[in-house]
Formats: sequence, structure tokens, C-alpha cells
Amino acid sequence: MTAKRTILGIESSCDDTAAAVVQNDRTILSNVVAGQTDLHAAFGGVVPEIAARAHAEKLDFTIARALAEARKSLSDIDAIAVTSGPGLIGGVISGVMMARGLAAGSGKPLIGVNHLAGHALTPRLTDDLPFPYLMLLVSGGHCQFLIVKGPDSFTRLGGTIDDAPGEAFDKVARLLGLPQPGGPSVEAEAKTGDPSAFALPRPLLNRPDCDMSFSGLKTAVLRERDKLVDAQGGITRQNRADLCAGFQSAVSDVLAAKASRALNDYLDLNPSQPTLAVAGGVAANEQIRKALQIASDSAGVAFTAPPLSLCTDNAAMIAWAGLELDAIQHPGLTPLVARPRWPLDATSPAMLGSGKKGAKA
Amino acid sequence: MPLHLKLPGPDDTAAVAVRLAPHLRPGDCILLTGTLGTGKTHFARALIQKRLSDSGLWEDVPSPTYTLVQTYEDKTSEIWHADLYRLTDPNEIIELGLDEAFETAITLIEWPDRLANLTPDGALQITLAMDGDARTLTATWDDPRLSLLGAENG
Repeated sequence: MTAKRTILGIESSCDDTAAAVVQNDRTILSNVVAGQTDLHAAFGGVVPEIAARAHAEKLDFTIARALAEARKSLSDIDAIAVTSGPGLIGGVISGVMMARGLAAGSGKPLIGVNHLAGHALTPRLTDDLPFPYLMLLVSGGHCQFLIVKGPDSFTRLGGTIDDAPGEAFDKVARLLGLPQPGGPSVEAEAKTGDPSAFALPRPLLNRPDCDMSFSGLKTAVLRERDKLVDAQGGITRQNRADLCAGFQSAVSDVLAAKASRALNDYLDLNPSQPTLAVAGGVAANEQIRKALQIASDSAGVAFTAPPLSLCTDNAAMIAWAGLELDAIQHPGLTPLVARPRWPLDATSPAMLGSGKKGAKA
Repeated sequence: MPLHLKLPGPDDTAAVAVRLAPHLRPGDCILLTGTLGTGKTHFARALIQKRLSDSGLWEDVPSPTYTLVQTYEDKTSEIWHADLYRLTDPNEIIELGLDEAFETAITLIEWPDRLANLTPDGALQITLAMDGDARTLTATWDDPRLSLLGAENG
């Protein structure tokens, strides 16, 4: 391995504010996510941090803690990596401004990182996976299959044309009176349910591509709920468990079937160590994980899912992506500005929509 | 006079959005009210994609539930698509820059009750409701363009 490099990563593009210190030998010296736990408990996990000022205040403290836990000072750091998009503009700007200030004050180089690249490169941090590998990013806000070919080279094979599965889990929980976040509560409820009690659709399975749709599935659950309410004046606990089980199975079937298609495309590249990696909060769902494992097994491909703390939003992945870009001496984004929209793959046509494709902006 | 439409399926919801899309201009605001699953995002996505494709553009139109706001730019206007469900304080509207966008962009707002007294004057109000598998759409707008929503081949 080359000389030791240590990077400070900063992430504030979503609801959480985070900072981490990571070395290029894959040691995570610290990984701090500013606690919104109390707020989450009070508001059901749906409190976004909008004010750039509030982000900035939290960033100060979070970065100081990440450095302290790593037993490093700013002068021990080789570079500063910061999420510069995509995301909510207030958060992204406060992170970028903070990083710029730190870089100017310390004379350290600054690396702008795409938040999604951070997620997509995480299996390299945890498993040292060689390129190219197939990545399924599946979370509250994202759902896409990517072939990861390099730190700055991604090919998108397909994605959701409407909602992401994590959003569908949250909304199904809302429809059925289950607590937020919906992922764990729907999964727990599904354990005692019969997945075949209700006939729920498997959207877009008949299409030969890797695109998915989850919005209609949510509406199908709503329709079944309302039918039950009309017929029997409410829904029983068993109805609710059955609906959860049916919904989870539908999501799982769709993801597994589309993963098999994505694996076919990926294997055409003759990868040296064929692997499907899954990242994002939805990867915590046992049934979905198992279905993806089976799809990988039958394609003769290894399967890996980084631990949840590195799958949900965090700054260690940003520091790692910074290290990867640093290692190939990527010029980064010049000038470093906040980008609310920043597709990982700007060459493949966007997939969202009614199936019509054309030139991208 | 409010306009009432019956929308048998998702394609009919999209068709209303597509009819209206070319006639919008910066400063127009559409407030989309309705419970979960009534087609608010579906309506907004169809409208945005129509405007983008009329400008020769194509872009993802993801759900704004987690990001709160997604912005787009076609040849004549910026478009802001917001889902305010997660907001708890009207001051956050100002933090998001929505109050400015109401004047300079075409804005599509889901869960507009969160706007409270920041609701812009002269907005097109669309309410979607379940009617079995169909949806009903009720629209009020102090603007002659209201009639465009109902024109079958307009």
C-alpha cells in the first residue's frame, strides 16, 4: 500500500449532519452522526433539518467530535472531503462552506464528493471489492442499479420510475397506522402475516429492463385496506400483518427479479470477482436481503451488504470516496460548489418517467 | 366556480396535468391537496415531464418526500416541486426559499396546508380524492386558464 493518507469527511446533504476520519488502509478512526435521536423519538423520525444555520452549528460540534474520537488534529489530516451534492441545498451549502473554511484555514486540499458515490463506493471500504461490481442502492430516497467501474465511473442500468422502496415502506406504515420509520415496523408486522392473503401487483416485472415502480404498490395496499374497511368496518390485526407480508414480498420479488436482470448485464463485463453489493437502509430488511442473496447465488455471484451504520447516511463513506478520488488524483469538482442535482451517471438516459427516453439536460 | 373532474385511472390524472402544463408561467402556483395515494406526485411528475419534453429536455422526476424540494428548469421557467408533509414550522418555508420561488418560478406544492399564512394569492388549488379505483379532481382558480384542465382535446 502507498503512503498513509488520512481524510476528514463531512456530510450534511440529507437529514443528518455527520463527520468522520478515515485512513486509506480502511481504518475508520471515527464516524460521528449528530444525534437527532431525541427529535426522532418526539416526531416519529420525520424531522428534516432545513435551516442552513442549524446545520452549520451542528457541523462545528460534529467535526470537533470526529477529530477528537480519532485523536487527530486538523494538522494530521491530509485532505478534507465534503458532500457537495445532490441533496437539500441548505445542508449541502453549509457543509461546503464549512469545508472551505477549514481548508482555507489549514491549507489542506478540498475534495467535493457526490453523496451517491459515497454510498456506491462503501463496499470498497468494507470489503475491498475490486472494480467492476454491481451495486443496488436502495433507500428512502433512492433505488438504482449501478455498475461501479471506478471512483468516478458509474453506469446506471435502471432504477425506480417513481418512489423508492424505503418511501413505500414508510407510506404503507402510514396507511396502516404503524409507527415511523416504516421499514422496521412493516417488517416486524409482516412476520405474523400471510403474504398470499392479498393479491398485490409486481409492477414492471413484464418489462425486460432494470426499471422498477413502487408507487402503485403503495396504492394497491391502500385499495385493499379501504375494501376491508368498507366490508367489515375496519381492519383486524391479522389483516394488517397480511398486508405487510404481501407488500414486503412484492417489493422483495421485484428487487430480486430486477437484480437477476442487472446481474446478466453486469456479467457481460467478465468481472474478476463478480459481486452484487447492496447499500441503503432497505438492505436491512431480512426478506429482501435473502431474496438478493438467492438471486446472486443462482447467478454464481458473491453477495455483500455493508453493516447498517455504513449503509445509511454517514461521513465515513464520504471520507472514503475522497480517498479514492485522491488516490487517482482526480481533479475533483472545480470550483467546489454545492450541486442540488448531480446524477452519478450523466451519460445513460434518465430512467424516471413513462418510459420515454431522450437527451438529458 | 370550482371545476369537477372524474378521473377513472392514473393516465387520466396525467392527462389533466399535460393539458395544463404548456399554459403555465413563472409565478404560477399549484397547490395539490389529497390523502396518501390520490395521485399528487403522479400529477406533478406528468406536468413537469411535459414541460421538460416540450423544451427538448428529459430528466428524472423523483418523489420530493425526503428531499422536500426538487427543482427543474425548462426553456422558459424554473419549476419547483415540493412535498411539505415533513415540515413542522412555517418559518421553514422561508428557509427553503419557497416564498421567493412563488414569485419567480412555477411551483407545485404537495401538502400545502403547511404553508398556513404563506399560501400565495391566486394559486390554483387542486384537490384529489379517492372514489373506489377512480379519483375525483376539484379545482379552483381565479384565472380563465381553469377551463383548460377540463378540455378533452385541448
